[in-house]
Parts: sequence; C-alpha cells; structure tokens
Amino acid sequence: MEQLLGFAVPGIPYGCAYAVFAVGLVLTYQTTGVFNFGYGAQAYASAFVFAWLVDGHGWSTWAAFVGSVVILGPGLGLVFDRFLFSRIASTNTTAKVVTGLALLVGIPALLPVVFSNENLVGVPSILFAPGTVYFHLGPDVPVNGIYLSAVLLAVAMLVILVLLLRTTSLGLEMRAAVESRRLLELEGVAAVRVTATAWAVSGLMAGLAGVLLAPTEVTVQAQDYVTLMVAAIAAAACAAMGSMTVAAVVGVLIGVVSLTAQGYLPTSSFWYSAVLPAFPFIVLVGALLFVPRLRRLEQVQDPLSTVDPPPPLPTARVRGREIDRLVHTAFWLLVVVFVGSMLTWMPTSWETVLNQGMAYSVIFLSVTLITGTAGQLSLAQATLAGVAAFSAGQLARHFGLDFLAGGVLGSLAASGVAGLLALASLRLRGLGLALMTLAAALLFDVAIFPAQAVSGGTGGIQLTARWLPLDLLAPNGHAYFLLVFLVLVVCAGAVALVQRGTVGRFLAAMRGSELGAAGVGVNIAWQRVLAFVLSGALAGAGGTLLAIQQTVIAPGEFNYQLSLAFVVIVVTTGVGTVEGAIQAGVGLVVVEQLLQYAPQRLQGLAFVLFALGALTYAAHPEGIVELEKRRWTERAERLLARRHGASATAAVTGRS
Amino acid sequence: MSGDVAPVLELDEVSAAYGPYRALFEVSFSVESGGAVALLGPNGAGKSTVARVASGLVPVTSGRVRVDGRDMTGEPAWRIARAGLAHVPEGRGVFDSISVEENLVLSFRRRAGRRMVPASLERAYASFPVLGERRHDRAGTLSGGQQRLLSLAKVLVVPPKLLIADELSLGLAPSVIDDVYAGLAEVRRSGTALVVVEQQVDRALALASSAVVLERGSVAYCGPASGARSVVERVLERRSRTHDAGKDAGPADRTTPAKAVSPRRA
Repeated sequence: MEQLLGFAVPGIPYGCAYAVFAVGLVLTYQTTGVFNFGYGAQAYASAFVFAWLVDGHGWSTWAAFVGSVVILGPGLGLVFDRFLFSRIASTNTTAKVVTGLALLVGIPALLPVVFSNENLVGVPSILFAPGTVYFHLGPDVPVNGIYLSAVLLAVAMLVILVLLLRTTSLGLEMRAAVESRRLLELEGVAAVRVTATAWAVSGLMAGLAGVLLAPTEVTVQAQDYVTLMVAAIAAAACAAMGSMTVAAVVGVLIGVVSLTAQGYLPTSSFWYSAVLPAFPFIVLVGALLFVPRLRRLEQVQDPLSTVDPPPPLPTARVRGREIDRLVHTAFWLLVVVFVGSMLTWMPTSWETVLNQGMAYSVIFLSVTLITGTAGQLSLAQATLAGVAAFSAGQLARHFGLDFLAGGVLGSLAASGVAGLLALASLRLRGLGLALMTLAAALLFDVAIFPAQAVSGGTGGIQLTARWLPLDLLAPNGHAYFLLVFLVLVVCAGAVALVQRGTVGRFLAAMRGSELGAAGVGVNIAWQRVLAFVLSGALAGAGGTLLAIQQTVIAPGEFNYQLSLAFVVIVVTTGVGTVEGAIQAGVGLVVVEQLLQYAPQRLQGLAFVLFALGALTYAAHPEGIVELEKRRWTERAERLLARRHGASATAAVTGRS
Repeated sequence: MSGDVAPVLELDEVSAAYGPYRALFEVSFSVESGGAVALLGPNGAGKSTVARVASGLVPVTSGRVRVDGRDMTGEPAWRIARAGLAHVPEGRGVFDSISVEENLVLSFRRRAGRRMVPASLERAYASFPVLGERRHDRAGTLSGGQQRLLSLAKVLVVPPKLLIADELSLGLAPSVIDDVYAGLAEVRRSGTALVVVEQQVDRALALASSAVVLERGSVAYCGPASGARSVVERVLERRSRTHDAGKDAGPADRTTPAKAVSPRRA
C-alpha cells in the first residue's frame, strides 16, 4: 500500500493536467462543435510564456501566471475563435481539423522565433513552492508543492466550470449553441458572444493545464504537450466527447496509472519500453473502437444549416484552347529545362535539395489521393512511409536484399498496414478517422519504430553501398536523380489516372457524400480500403526514396509531427491535384533551403509559413497555388477576350 | 388599417441571395400591427427566404427591412429577435439535445425576465399539458407535432410583436395540424401579428386577413386574402405548364449563378 502510494502520488500533477485539459477539450467541442487540435499548442504557449517570463525576465510567479494563463490563455482562445473557427461552416469537418493541425504545427515552431531559442529550465509551480514538502501521506510519500498546487488548482477550476454550466443562463446558452447558433440567435441571444466566452474559458483551461504540467519536467518541451494532448484526447474520447465528469476522471486515471505502472514495471522489460509510453494511445484506440457514440459524433445537424450558401462549385477547367496550348508548351519546356539543368550545371547542394523535394512529392501524392480525392483525413502518412523504409532496411540487413527490391516489398507492407488501419476504422469517419490515424501514428512512434528489431535502436539503420545498385549514392552522380524523377513521374501518372478513372469517380462521390455514394451503389467500405492501400503504397515508395537519400533510417525520422505537417503542407498548396503535391514537395525543401541563408533564429519558420497557408484552407479549399493559378488563367482569358473583342468591334464598325 | 401606426414588419424592395444564387428580387410588403399575412407560393418561390430575411438569418443584398418602424437592415438575428420578432423556422425549431423545460427556460429568461420564468412555465404547461408531462425529456424525443407546440409555447406565454411561422404543418398528420393551428389562432388572439408561410393554402387563408403570393422570388400578388386563391392557382398552373414544356421552371433562381440572371425580372 505504502509502495503503491509512493508510485501513484507523482502521477497526480500529470493526472490533474490531463483532467483539466480533457475537460477543456470537451467544453470546446460541446459548445462550439470544434474538436480543437490546436489545444495542445495553446497549453504549450502558456507554459512557454510562463517559463520565459519567470526564467528569462525575473517576473514573480504570480505576475507570470496572470500574464501567461489569465491573459494569454483566453486571449489565444478568442483569437482562434474570432479569426479562424468562427469563419468555418459547422459542417466542414476537414477544414476544422486542418485549421487545428496548422495551429498545432505552427505555434510550437513560431514561439522560439518570437521569444527566444534558449532552453527554459526549472519552471516553478504556482501557489506552493515545488521543492518544499508540506506533509507526508506515509513515511516515504512526501507531498510537495507541485502536487498540492496541481490538485487545488484543478479542483477549483473544475468546480467553477461545473457551477458555470449548471447554474447560470450562460451555461444553458452554451449547451444550446452547440446544436444551432442560429436557433439561439432567434431566441435573442448573441451566439457570437456565447461561443467567444466558451473559447475564452477553454483557453484559460489550456493555459492552466500547461502551467500545471510545466514544473514536472526539467525543461518546457513541445513533446510533453503532445503527450498531454493525446492523454486528454483519450480521456475525452472515453467520455464520448460528452460527459465532463468522465473526461476528468479518465484524465486523472491515465496520469496516475501510467506513473504507478512505471514504478512497478522493471525498466528493461518490453512493457516498460514499449507498452507504457503507448498507454494513452491504447486507451484512445480502445475508445474509438468500442465507444459507439463516437461514431455518430458529426451527425448532430443544425436544423438551419440550409441558411448557409451552398459550397462553391468545383473549379472547372475553364482554360481556352489558346491558353491551354501555351500552358502545355511551357510545361514541357519546364520539364526539359529542369532535367537538363539537373544533369548539367545544377550545384550539387541544390540537386540534393530538389531530389529530396521530389521524394517528398511522392509521399505527398499519397495525401492527394487519400485526402484530396477520397476525402479521408489520414494523419499517418509519414508513418506509412516509415513502415516501407524500415521494412526495406531490415530486408537488406537480414537477407541482403537489394534496397530497391526491398522498397517495393516495403511499399507493399505499407499498403498492408494502411489497409489494416482502414479496416479497423471502417465505422469511423471525419474526426473519428483523423483521431484513429493519429493514434496509429503515435503508436508506431513510441512503441514500434524505436524497437531494436525494427530500427536497430536509436541509431537507426545505416544504409551501405552494398545494398544499393546503380551507384545510387555516388557523389556527383545523377543516378539517384534519375531514379527519383522516374518514380515521381510514374506515381504522378498513376494518381492522375486513378483520379480520372472509375475508381477516381467513386472516390470523388464518396468525398462528396458517403451516404449519397452508397445510394448509387458505390461500396464505401471497399473504396475506403482501396484508397488507403493505394496511398500506403505511394507513401512507402516516397519513404524508401527519402531513406536512400538520407543513407540512415532513424526512428525519429518518420514521426507523427511529419505526418501532420504533410497534411498541412499539401493542403496549403493544393490537395486536389497532382501538381499540388509536387509543388508542395519542392516548395517545402526550397523554402527550407532558402531559410538556411536567414538568421539562425528564423530556421524553424518553414512550418510556420505552411501553417499560415493552411489557415486559408477554409476559405479556399483548392489551395493557394491552385487559387492563384485559376486567377491568373482568368486574367489571361480576360486579356485575350478583350483583344478579340476589340478586333471584333473593329470589324463590325468597319462593315457599317 | 390604421395609417398612423408603423407596420410591425416592412420589407422594402428586398433582394437576397445564397452565395451566388439569387433567391429574392425586390420583394415589398408590410404587416400591420396585430395583422395576419399568409405567405404563399410554390416550392422554391422564396417563402422561407422572406422569413429568414425578416429575422436576419439571411442578409439582404439590397433594400430595407423595418421592424416596428425601426430600420433593422443588416442587424444580427439576435437584435431583431429582441426587437420583438419571433421566427419559428421550417422543420425543427427547438433544441434537440436539451430538455423541454430547458428549451422554455432559455426562451423565457430572455423574453420575460428571470423572475417570471416559473410563472411562465406554469402557463405554458397549462396551455399545452403534453409539454408538462414530458418536461424533463430531451426535446429531440418529442414527436414532430409536439415540437411545433413547444415552439408555439415559447411565444404564446410572452407574446412577441410578430411571429413568423414557417411551414408549421409540414409533415404533420391532419389532426395534429388542427392542434397547431388552434395554437396559432391563440397566439393571434394575444395581440401578436402573424406571418404564416404555408403550402396548405386553405389553412393559411382561413387564418390570415391578407396574403402575399410569391413566384420565383418576386411578389405576384399582395392584397386581401380573398383575392389570393385565384392567383395561387394561376401561379401553380403556370409552373406545371412550363414543366410540361420541358423547361426547368423549378427553382430557376437558385440554380443559375447571379451573373447569368438579369437583375430584374419582368
């Protein structure tokens, strides 16, 4: 008993942070209909600023608490609401998820740029001093300031929230607002203010959770806030996004149980190294599979949703023949010039960069297929790429198999994993599917990729020239370029063919409406599995190419953050077309390379730029590049029309 | 009708659109205080859009909307609601996920004030006993007719200046429609002006003193209720004729982008 308490008590601050965070997540979802993926970033921002004020600027704990939690927390929530989420139609799940992801990717990258790059260490706790032991629960179970303040603040926050929701008219209005903001307006309630209040309160809770968690670790790191995020998502999912009490209890349990288990399990065991870190994801997957209400999450409909204007028509290709010919000529010219340059004068450093861009493009094509064409949100594309790379690496290591042949087999393995993932989440859609794929990606990250048998430990698998035919890694050789170029052309062609063919029509129908597609005889389950399998193969091919270039396959190379960034980046340029994927791949590496020339501080800005781009997704679902392309085509059309019009008028006047 | 009192609702050359799809073309009519107007027309004529424009759910692209003499053009829906206009939208007009009583409380707190809530609840349950029996059930579990009654109960206890009821009879059994219309008549007796959007012409005309007939987003008739029936019949016949001729005369205004539609129809 004594020992149990000794192990369990250190879990309390984690549990409290998870609970506050989970309740905040449920609150936002319940009152605004938004599952806020950016919530982890909000908590991280508050903790970061708190540490920065205390550590770097000598503010007192309380002043820093007010600045980072009481002001910044709700402030961020209000900004998110006012400028982002209130502009997204309530039915557009993809836009909501992508916007949240952009925040999750962008904010942690932005903070060091705005504030400082240095490590923030030794963050104090609020209310009670972290080092002081206040009392003992047993002879060997000291209770210090961290635990005490965590429990007190969390309980106070939750009690205030329950009182707010149960007894005030604002609480009732919040619960009504989630169903239909318009109906609420018809009752004479300013729904904008109700949702803004909800965002402010949830922002406050994110800030509080962030600051509660900060003193438990030595430094403030974005990684810890992802664990927080996942544990909270798992707790919220167990509560079916509905009951705040269940969410809070599960949150506390996840924190306490993982720390207790950590105490009991021998550190060398498989359970300690693989299962324990994956515990929140296992809970999340379990909830997604077995809580039936999660499958119906997005079926609550605003009875007044028909007031919204219908979605804009898909951008039809409205290029005239003249411009079409021009564009085609320019395109082929570009391809020839590109290949020629790569083979002749391109500096090696830029050739490397562009090769990498093309390898990314192949992975991004998988996003084009799964999200752009099939309309399914998958947050595990980097994981699938990793599955292929590690498979190829292990095949080469154990059986001496050629890495390219291994890559083909690895892509098949990635297809298989993707297919299994699709089968496991057949009954989930929209948000549920996004969460399921995210959980899978995290599971691979913490439990599978770091395993000795998969990646050979933290060092990763080192590729040797023996495994690679064609002198792929020879310096100053162009074999790798030709290989990547060939694979990219084949994959791009394949995706274009799929999009134009029968399967593409089926997938497009499914993207438009699963119910409608099923109604005209499309086998939704099969099409979904097919889309996942194909995209798994593409991601695998790209992953293998990337591995060849990097010559080492490290476990951290294909992490979930990359998966999120992939979706965000592709969505920014254009998720609907093959060109969009290629522009995304090349754009990513070129922006990164250009930032190399910028001051050290701005290095992390590439993701921020793409995150900013993704924030425009709600307004322009076709992507920025596609939008500009259409605008320029229209401009050119108008110019041509004016010229033709002028000559036509001249002809008419001449005749009369 | 009294000339010196401002009409409770006045639409002045109002046009409206859903994105690029135009729905109303310079619609004008007014509702006198305590009056009852039937808003008639075939599917897609723009009846619901008129209701939504009046309550501020759909923004106008041109023209003015006045409520009780005050210009409310471009105001958010909640301000118009506070000015005394109640709109029961087509289909579901209650919050499914909260209880019957919470639906009423939400409404009464705003309309009657916090102190009057218990008394208002009592009156509502007295007028509609079925709501009292199910007060703790989620409103989503009520039948369609009971949900409409709940919508009416909200406005019956604290009468607004104007009630816009959009297709209250839609999808209800005839006997239930009788109940709903009895409730509507009671609302009118309490001094509330009515705009009744209806496909069932007879029901609406029996209740209303004047009528507005819409055809493809424009006013085809505006006058006493007695003269409306022949216009409605003509409009419906015109519609079916153009259908027979193979032209898509249905909701043409909704499916043609604004650019392609001439700004004013003859």
